[in-house]
Amino acid sequence: MAQAEKIEMCRKAAGQIRKHIIEMTYAAGNLGAHLGGSLSITEILAALYIGTLNFRIEDWKWEERDRVILSKGHAALALYPALAEAGILSKEELHLFKKNGSRLTAHPSCEGVPGIEFASGSLGQGLSLGVGVSLALKRKNNLVSRVFVLLGDGECEEGSVWEAAASASHFQLNQLAAIVDVNRIQYDGFTEEIMGMKPLAQKWKEFGWHVCEVDGHSIEQLLDAFMVKEEKPLVILANTVKGKGISFMEGNWRFHNARISQEQYQQAMEEWKGVE
Amino acid sequence: MIEFSQRNSRIWSRLGPSGALGVAALELAKRNASVLMLTADLCFFSGLERFKNEYPDRIYNFGIAEQNMIGAAGGLAKEGFLPFATTYASFAASRCADQVRVNMSYMKLPIKLIGLTAGLAAGILGATHMSLEDEAWMCALPNITVISPADGMEIVKCMLAVSETNEPTYIRLTGTMDASIVYREDYPYEIGKAVRLETGEDICIIAAGSMVSESLKAAKLLKEEGISCTVFNMHTIKPLDSSVIERARKEYSMIVVVEEHSVNGGLGSAVARYLAKENRHPPLLNIGIPDFFPHAGDYNYQLEQCGLTAVQIKNKIFQFGKENKIHRKYSGG
Repeated sequence: MAQAEKIEMCRKAAGQIRKHIIEMTYAAGNLGAHLGGSLSITEILAALYIGTLNFRIEDWKWEERDRVILSKGHAALALYPALAEAGILSKEELHLFKKNGSRLTAHPSCEGVPGIEFASGSLGQGLSLGVGVSLALKRKNNLVSRVFVLLGDGECEEGSVWEAAASASHFQLNQLAAIVDVNRIQYDGFTEEIMGMKPLAQKWKEFGWHVCEVDGHSIEQLLDAFMVKEEKPLVILANTVKGKGISFMEGNWRFHNARISQEQYQQAMEEWKGVE
Repeated sequence: MIEFSQRNSRIWSRLGPSGALGVAALELAKRNASVLMLTADLCFFSGLERFKNEYPDRIYNFGIAEQNMIGAAGGLAKEGFLPFATTYASFAASRCADQVRVNMSYMKLPIKLIGLTAGLAAGILGATHMSLEDEAWMCALPNITVISPADGMEIVKCMLAVSETNEPTYIRLTGTMDASIVYREDYPYEIGKAVRLETGEDICIIAAGSMVSESLKAAKLLKEEGISCTVFNMHTIKPLDSSVIERARKEYSMIVVVEEHSVNGGLGSAVARYLAKENRHPPLLNIGIPDFFPHAGDYNYQLEQCGLTAVQIKNKIFQFGKENKIHRKYSGG
């Protein structure tokens, strides 16, 4: 696939994922959903699932597949539509998000959703899983698969993230890539006000990682960053906007986990009207 | 091939739990190519130095970072390996509790977690290193098999047995070097199946870990007083061998549980829970670590503080029987 064509496909998928997110949140009614941090990673997931990952829809145990771990499990709201856009899940099933008994739970469960390697939701655990998987790949002499772990910037306040970060460089896990969704907002407000973690790039670098900083909404920059292979583990700091793509949600911490009214739903869909 | 001989039984007991663990790890490495050893800066303390020398590429030291060790063990387990992870029992249970809960309990990843110095064995180091409630925590979590071996030979047996299953498992190692020997020769070991070690008529003692040998000694002392005890080694705390408790309920005038663990939430609680749903059952005496932090001191000092020496166990049983007037042999005693 030509690069321009690939970028266009990813861009379209990101738009669709965004629309699904709004639909699914509206359908969840008063339960609401984690909108903000899901809308911030739509391009990241589109660039991964449509433009980067190796997998076989018919064979989820294929040894040479790339592994994805959604450490920021609350963004399952974005993951399910991404899986659907990649043809892994049916789009019809997305309507079951957060419904009683559905396998599409608010945080990824371990109930056999294809494409989901691990349950998540308790922050700060995904990178350690990625370390274990990367060690395993080396042991199996599988040097082709890659392991992508998607974290939030607020999540980086968890100490266990840094335990994992230290061990990844110690064990020279160059098949491991962490993607940090730097949307600068967490549950209670702006990350810098809740717990300042700057300079994030410097911290990862000092922990022995190869650091790439990108615009997390630029498909081109993301695709390029995902291709980087160094001797060190790779971290991509993706600068994003929380609530990206819906004008009244952008940068608004109140939409971290929220329900949307009928008016808000209509306005949001209006903003994406005509987008394929 | 490992030999379950009288000679080895003596050696493993002398080496203590870590020594037996090291022996078992070496045997496992030969038997099962997917077995890996993981530790959090306790390679030497876990008895894994020889393993490290012989299989340097099959052991990972995660440094003092237990949470990351369990997470990484989850990743390795998911990819088809059989990780055995070692750390102090107090840290295995509470320091990385959430990782244990998500990876082992919820996701059922077949991690074999080994808690060193469970109970009071590291009590000289103070309250932070005592592991009084690890069993309660592990038993509260679904899907985790919880095992407490009685001596060195049983540690080796248990390690080999757990490597044959895909169950997430917690093994709590009680006792110290020069531990009392329970098993002098080979015996059939099965996860979830208690072993009868002594047969008597009056009292049924159900014990686990280090307290199996203490209970055997207590039973001997009671015998001298004319009270005969059956002693079971309930090495698997979860799932509980309820057939043994059912028989004890019907056949004995008193049931005693002895364990080197808090009286809250361990084997004693599990037996009490079983008996509570029955209309009729004999009185139950739970002997364990009382609801407090013992003062730091050596192992025997700790056991005495907690009332867990053979003589103290014997006295407690005798007293309890007398108070409850449960047997003619106590009359006038």
